[in-house]
Amino acid sequence: MQRKSNLVSNLDWGTIVLYVILVLMGWMNIYAAVYSEEHNSILDFSQRYGKQLIWITFAFFLGVVVLLSNGRIYSVFAYIIYGLVILLLLSTLVFGRVVNASKSWIPLGSFGIQPAEFAKFATALALARLMSPYEFKLNTFWSYVKVGLIIAIPAGIILLQNDTGTALVFGSFVLVLYREGLPWWVLGVLFLLVALFISTLVFSTPVIIVALYVTTVLIYMLQRGKFKFAISLTAGLTGLGFLLYLASQTFNIQVKTDYFYIIPVGMGIVIATLYAFFSRTKMIYGLVLFLCVTVGFSLSTEYVFENVLDVHHQKRINDLLGIESDPLGWGYNVNQSKIAIGSGGFWGKGYLSGTQTKFNFVPEQSTDFIFCTVGEEWGFVGSLVVLALFAWLLLRLIRIAERQRESFSRIYGYGVVSILFFHIAVNIGMAVGLLPVIGIPLPFFSYGGSSLWAFTILVFILLRLDADRYGTFKG
Amino acid sequence: MRFNFQADKRFTITGLIIIVFIIIAGKLFYIQVIDRSYQLSASSNVLRYVTKYPARGLIFDRNGNLLVSNKVVYDLMMVKKQVVPFDTMAFASLLNITTDHVRDAFVQASRQKGYSPRKSVVLLKQLPAEACAMLQEKLYLFPGFELLPRTVRLYDREVASHVLGYIGEVDEEIISKNPYYQLGDYIGISGLEKSYEEYLRGKKGVSVYMVDVYNRIKGSYEDGKYDSAAVEGQNLICTLDADLQEYGEKLMQNKIGSIVAIEPRTGEVLAMVSSPTYNPGLLVGRERADNFRTLQNDSLKPIFNRSIMALYPPGSTFKVVNALIGLQEGCVYPQTTYSCHGGYTVGRGVGCHIHPSPLNLTQAIQMSCNTYFCHVFRNILDKPEFGSVEKGFTVWKNHVESFGYGNKLNIDLPNEQKGIVPTVAFYDKYFRKGGWNSLTILSLSIGQGELAATPLQMANLVTIIANRGFYLDPHVVRAVGDSMVRNSNVPEKHYTTIDTQWFDYIVEGMDMAVNGAPGSGSTARIAALPDIRICGKTGTSQNPHGADHSVFFAFAPKDDPKIAISVYVENAGFGATWAAPIASLMIEKYLRDSISRPYLEDYILQANLLDRRAKKK
Repeated sequence: MQRKSNLVSNLDWGTIVLYVILVLMGWMNIYAAVYSEEHNSILDFSQRYGKQLIWITFAFFLGVVVLLSNGRIYSVFAYIIYGLVILLLLSTLVFGRVVNASKSWIPLGSFGIQPAEFAKFATALALARLMSPYEFKLNTFWSYVKVGLIIAIPAGIILLQNDTGTALVFGSFVLVLYREGLPWWVLGVLFLLVALFISTLVFSTPVIIVALYVTTVLIYMLQRGKFKFAISLTAGLTGLGFLLYLASQTFNIQVKTDYFYIIPVGMGIVIATLYAFFSRTKMIYGLVLFLCVTVGFSLSTEYVFENVLDVHHQKRINDLLGIESDPLGWGYNVNQSKIAIGSGGFWGKGYLSGTQTKFNFVPEQSTDFIFCTVGEEWGFVGSLVVLALFAWLLLRLIRIAERQRESFSRIYGYGVVSILFFHIAVNIGMAVGLLPVIGIPLPFFSYGGSSLWAFTILVFILLRLDADRYGTFKG
Repeated sequence: MRFNFQADKRFTITGLIIIVFIIIAGKLFYIQVIDRSYQLSASSNVLRYVTKYPARGLIFDRNGNLLVSNKVVYDLMMVKKQVVPFDTMAFASLLNITTDHVRDAFVQASRQKGYSPRKSVVLLKQLPAEACAMLQEKLYLFPGFELLPRTVRLYDREVASHVLGYIGEVDEEIISKNPYYQLGDYIGISGLEKSYEEYLRGKKGVSVYMVDVYNRIKGSYEDGKYDSAAVEGQNLICTLDADLQEYGEKLMQNKIGSIVAIEPRTGEVLAMVSSPTYNPGLLVGRERADNFRTLQNDSLKPIFNRSIMALYPPGSTFKVVNALIGLQEGCVYPQTTYSCHGGYTVGRGVGCHIHPSPLNLTQAIQMSCNTYFCHVFRNILDKPEFGSVEKGFTVWKNHVESFGYGNKLNIDLPNEQKGIVPTVAFYDKYFRKGGWNSLTILSLSIGQGELAATPLQMANLVTIIANRGFYLDPHVVRAVGDSMVRNSNVPEKHYTTIDTQWFDYIVEGMDMAVNGAPGSGSTARIAALPDIRICGKTGTSQNPHGADHSVFFAFAPKDDPKIAISVYVENAGFGATWAAPIASLMIEKYLRDSISRPYLEDYILQANLLDRRAKKK
C-alpha cells in the first residue's frame, strides 16, 4: 500500500495533464479533418474520429497499466523487449501488408499494427540499458560499435520496409549520445555535412569549392593571425585562375571551365602543405584535410543524390530548396498544406470552418498533415499554443530526465525527448514547408492506433521510472 | 560564466529545441500573417482542377472510310449545397425525362462513394446533346447544376465490333494501377480500343481555378500558369476493308462462326468476322450497362471474338500441313500413290468417302482422301531414321509449330488464344509412356484429335501456302496518326521449316479441289469462279459440341495471291456446303467488288443454321 501512495505523490502529474490535453486536441483536429455535415456523431465508429476515440481509450488504459507496473522490469527486460520488437519487425518484412508503398503493417483482423512505432521506445530502452553501467564510457571504438548496432538494426529493417521517415527517427538518438559524452564536434560535423549537402544542391560546384577555400583561409587567419601570407596566397591563386582564363581565350584553347578553379585551389593545397612542412605549423595539416574532405564530400553529394536517393525523395528535396517547382505535381502536398495553414491567418477560420480541409485538398490530412487543420482553423494563435504545449512538454521531460539518479532512467529520458523532438520538428517543419515531405506522425495528434499507443508507452515508461526516483537505492 | 559539464549539455539541448521551435514559429508567422498570397481573401483560396478531356482518336479502314468517331454528350453535374428548391416538373420536361427519374438520380447520386454535398457530383450521365440544348439555356434558373461535355464513341458503320472493341469507365482497380486515370474516365476494354489505348486516348489537360467556399469559380489560378492543354488522341488506320467486312458479316447472318481474310503479301487482316455479332453502338451511352448484360447472357455469345478466341479442330484443311511435312521429311513423294476403298483399315481405321483410286499426292488433296493422309502421317511418325515414335512425333510437332500453331500469332488485339498442339508429354500422360503409337493418334492425320486452332491461325496457314512458305505477323492496324502510310510495327517475316519447292504440289491440289473437271472428284467446285483462279481446301471438322463444323480455306488468285481466307461455320455440316460458297463470295467481293452469282449469294443469305446447333446427339 505504501508503494501505491508513493506512486500517486511521486508521479509527475503536470506531464500527464499535458499529455491528456495534447491527445484531446489531436482528437478534435481529426474530427475537424474528417468532419462533414452527414457524419457528425462523435461515436460514429465508421469514421476516423470514432475509431481514434477507441484508440485513445485504449491508450489511456495502456498508460495506467504502465504506471501500475513495477518500474524495475523496464531495465531488466530492456534487451528482451528490444529482441521481441526486432523479431516483430522482421516478421513484418515477411508477412506485412503494403500500405502507401511501405510494407510496415502486420494485419490483425480488420485493422493492423505498425511494429516500427514500437521499435522506437524499445530501442530507447535497449540503448539506456547498454549505456547505463558505470563502466560504460562512450570513448572506445567498441562502445561506438555497440551503440551504433543497437540503433542501426531496427533503423535498417525499417528502411527495408520502405518507411524512410520512421527510419530517420532513429538518427535523433545522436542527441542522447551527445548528452552521454559524444564530443560536441561530432554534432558540429554532422551539422556541417548536412549544410554542405544542401548547399551543394543549391549552388554550383565552383562556388562551393571557392567558398570552402575561403572558409579554410578565414579559419587559419582567425586562429593564427597570419593575414599577410593568407591574403597574398589567395591573391596569387586568383591571379593564376584569371591568367589561365586569359590564356585559354587568347590561344583559343577549348578547356573545361572547371580547370580555372580546380588548378588554383589544387596548387593552393600543395603550397599550404609545403608551407606547413617548412614552418612546422601543424594546424595547416588539419585545415588542408578539412578542405580536402569537404570538397570531396560536396563533389560526391551530387552522385549520391542522383544515384542513391529515390526519385520522389529527390523531388521533395528539390521542391523544398526551390530548385524545381511543380505545385500541381509532387509539390502538391506541401503546397496545399501551406495554403491550408497560410489561409488560417492570425486568428484562424474557427473550429470546423476550414475550407481546405473540408474539400479534401490536403492529402493525409488526418495523419501526417494533421497540423494543417490546426493551422487553418486555429490560426497563428492556435498553432503557437500547440507549439508551446509541445515545447513545454519537451522541456519538462528534459527536467525529468535530468533529475534521475539512475543513469538508466536519465538515458531513457533523453531517448524520449529525442524521439518526440524529432517527430514534432520534422512533422510540423514539413507541414509549413521548412523540410522535405517525410511521412512521420505528429505525436498525440495524428490519426492511428499504433503511433498513439507507442508514444503513450514511451512517455509513461519514463513517468513510471521517474516515480521511483527517490527509491532507487531501496531495492 | 562557465557551465559545468552536466548543465552545459542540458543547456545546449534545451537551446537547440527552443531555436528549432522559434524557427518553426517564425515560418508560421510568415505564411500565416505576413505573406498574404496564401490567403488572397478568406473565401477564395481553394483550387479547383477542371480536367480538359481530349477527343479520342478516330479509327479509319484501309481505304480511309471512317469507322469510329466521337459525339458530344453531357454529364449533368450537381453541387448539392448550392441547389435551391426548384421546379422538378420543369426541370424534368427540359430534359425530356420523368420527375421520378430525377428523384431517383438524386438518391443515386447521394449514395456514390466519396459523396459530399459541397463537391460536384454526377447526377445524370451522358445526356444526348439535343436533350441538353434546352436545359443549357435555362440553366441559370437552376443554381447548383452544371453541364459537363464529354465525348462518347459514334460508329459511322455498324461493322467490325469485335475488332474495334469498346470503351468503358475505369474502375478502382485500374485507377490504383495507373494514376493517369481518374474516376469517370474512359478506357479501352476490348479490341483496338484496348490494344491501342495509349495512342487513342491522347493526353488530358487541366485548368486550375480558384473557387470560394461555395465552390464558385473566382478566376484562373496564377493566370493559367499551371494550366495545360489537352492533346487529342491519335487516329488509327486499320487494315480492314470496311466493305468486305460488312459483306462478310452479312453472309454470316443467322450462322455461328468466323471469317478471317488476310492479305498474304503484308499480313494485313482484310476482314475479321465473328458471328453472331452485335451493333457496336449498343455499348455506348446510358444503356450500355443494360445492353452489355443482355449480350453477355446471350447463349450464342455475341461478345466473344471467335476469330481469335475460339478453338476449333482444323479438320481436313490440316491435311495440307501433313502433306508438306511428309514431303520435307522424304516420307512421301509427289508421285507416291495409295489406293483407297472406303477408308484406312489398319487399327481402328478411318473411313473415307467414295472417289477414284489410286491417288497421288495432288489428287489426294484435290479429293481430300483420308486414307492417303493416314499413310503419310504414319510414314512420318514411324520413319526408321527417327528411331522411335516419340522422336518422329517431335519432328512432326516442330514442323507444325513453324506454321504458327500452338502459339499466339501476336496480332495487335487482346485476348488472342494460342491453340493446342499436343506434346509427347501429353500423350505419355494421357495413355502411358510407351503406350501409344502412330495408330493411336491417327486422328491427327486428318486434323482431328488433340489439335485446335483459331480461325486466325487457319487463315494464317492459307497465307503461308499462298506465299509458298512464309507469313508476316498478322495485324489489324497499319498506321497510327493521319498518314495512310505504314508507320508502325513493321511486321516480322516468319519462314516455316518446309522448303518452298514443296508448296507447288499443295497449291496444285488446292487448285484442282476448286477447279477440277466435273466428275473428277473435286471437293469444292461450288467455290469456282470463271475469271479468278481460286485455290481452296474444304474441311468438315468433327467436334463434341454437335454437328460437324463446315470449314473452308482458300486464296486467290493462284499466281499472285491478293487474299487468303478461312471460313468456319459451326455445326453446319460439309465444308463444301456452306463455308466454300461464303469464301468464294468474299473473294469475289474483294477482288471484283461485284457479285456475279446472285443465286449463290441468296442461298447463303437465306440460310439459317442457328437451330442446327444442338441437333446431333
